[in-house]
Amino acid sequence: MVNEKIVNVKMKVLRNYLDKIKPNFEEGGKLHAFHSLFDGLETFAFVPRTTSRVGSVNIHDAIDSKRIMSFVVIALMPALFFGMYNVGYQNAVAAGQLANATFWGMFWYGFLAVLPKIIVSYVVGLGIEFVVAQWKKEEIQEGFLVSGILIPMIVPVTTPLWMLAIAVAFSVILAKEIFGGTGMNIFNPALITRAFLFFSYPSVMTGDSTVWVNQQSILGLGFTAPEVCTAATPLGEAATEGFKGFDCQTITDAVTGLIPGSIGETSVIAIALGALLLLWTGVASWKTMLSVFVGGGLMGWLMQVLGLTQIEWWHHFVLGGFAFGAVFMATDPVTSARTECGKYVYGLLIGIVAVMVRVLNPGYPEGMMLAILLMNLFAPLIDYCVVERNISMRAKRAKK
Amino acid sequence: MSKLFSKENCEVFSNPLNLNNPIAVQVLGICSALAVTSQLEPAIVMGLSVTVITAFSNVIISLIRKSIPNRIRIIVQLVVVAALVTIVSQILKAFAYDVSVQLSVYVGLIITNCILMGRLEAFAMMNGPWESFLDGIGNGLGYALILVIVGFVRELLGFGTLLGFQIVPDFCYENGYMNNGMMTMPAMSLIIVGCVIWAHRSINKEEK
Repeated sequence: MVNEKIVNVKMKVLRNYLDKIKPNFEEGGKLHAFHSLFDGLETFAFVPRTTSRVGSVNIHDAIDSKRIMSFVVIALMPALFFGMYNVGYQNAVAAGQLANATFWGMFWYGFLAVLPKIIVSYVVGLGIEFVVAQWKKEEIQEGFLVSGILIPMIVPVTTPLWMLAIAVAFSVILAKEIFGGTGMNIFNPALITRAFLFFSYPSVMTGDSTVWVNQQSILGLGFTAPEVCTAATPLGEAATEGFKGFDCQTITDAVTGLIPGSIGETSVIAIALGALLLLWTGVASWKTMLSVFVGGGLMGWLMQVLGLTQIEWWHHFVLGGFAFGAVFMATDPVTSARTECGKYVYGLLIGIVAVMVRVLNPGYPEGMMLAILLMNLFAPLIDYCVVERNISMRAKRAKK
Repeated sequence: MSKLFSKENCEVFSNPLNLNNPIAVQVLGICSALAVTSQLEPAIVMGLSVTVITAFSNVIISLIRKSIPNRIRIIVQLVVVAALVTIVSQILKAFAYDVSVQLSVYVGLIITNCILMGRLEAFAMMNGPWESFLDGIGNGLGYALILVIVGFVRELLGFGTLLGFQIVPDFCYENGYMNNGMMTMPAMSLIIVGCVIWAHRSINKEEK
């Protein structure tokens, strides 16, 4: 009760303060140039007061897109925090100092390694959104809220910041604003960022080199590895060493997430926590999520039976970015299929293509990014087919 | 003399450079624009080859336009273009062998370039030789202009060089700068051509 009152009072103070400074941002005010920034912050804190004009939309959901985006960001937190810890853990392993490392030491080291990436991603992305909103005289769009946190989580920890900045700018302008901004994009902007990095700077994005583990100490935290050691992701190792099976230890580590990999993708447990929240709040579709796993499992099983790989079918789920992609990327409501039936097809094909790329293409150990981008492209076609089929079925029924 | 450079003739020449650019406005000849622009030198050579071939095939077709039977005009046009392409290809092999190796099949494929047939059909078949010559030069240079822009961006960002000379200084590489590998792939040139068209349209918005 008391807490609630304090929160209420605080909210009132904020509301009153916003009301007080609002005239400055309106037409003719001295800070008019920053009005989209103000609008963005105000609607982020409070549900907007404006209502629809008479004659347009009359029924609204109580929850708007800013609230949905906040849920996704909260769902990403377990994976992000675990990723930070894992960055420190891998650093300690690389330096051979695991016995001397403390839990908080490793976490703060990872925090310091990841934080600059989050800041760069948000500053560049939101900066471009802000300029575009100002230029088009529109409200600032909130879509980058989720992309901005996703982007640092799907790149290796050693990615240089300037590359990240270029890639974010590329994807926000060419994958999003060109199509009309939030909600109009064909491709997932976070994955476009990764694809840009992947094809532009392959040496810092893939495989068997030193990119997955940060080997320098930061601000006195962590350790500097005595000699540069290479640490491949288990998936990368599998690709280069001809797909041998994995021992138990690797798989246990892959489930908990203590393996080298992109920052947010390693821990299946942390991702599962996020998935639970997304499913419980109804933000993500369980149909898409489930069918990605079904498709990947089927294809993995088929590959194993055909003798093309010795990886167990379910190992694909815990290695690389499969789980992360299935939970946070494939379910993106903008770029996935929107018809209920189409979601099954869309998810199945993502799983199938991802495992196919992993097993059959020796060039790319990871196929999840390419699979989701490819299916993003086909999502409207899937929807079209589902709708047409429904129309023809109903037409037949009407004839009878 | 004044008639040769009258206002209409000047427009015939200058329109394809900007307002009626074969790549940016008509979106013709995209295929070779994507294929040969990974470096500046082949882009320039390709642009010049197309300019020469368009100009002279325009002149030749325009000279014989009244005696070509309408039903076989495409074949006649093709013969003229093919002859010119072969000449240019042989000249390149004789005097600029390295570039002709880089351009490989794309010199021969000029014959299928939409710009050529388009200009022959739309302009040379109904205009005099001098106008046709200007039209050919204009369209060829308009094509070359876009190729040079795309080639410039791609070579600078993809290889750090221009015409083979290193532009990006060594200390950039020492401090972690890397060439953008995607710039060397045809996919990126499609995006750059798209950006050029975007810029072109927003600059010329009022004039249309």
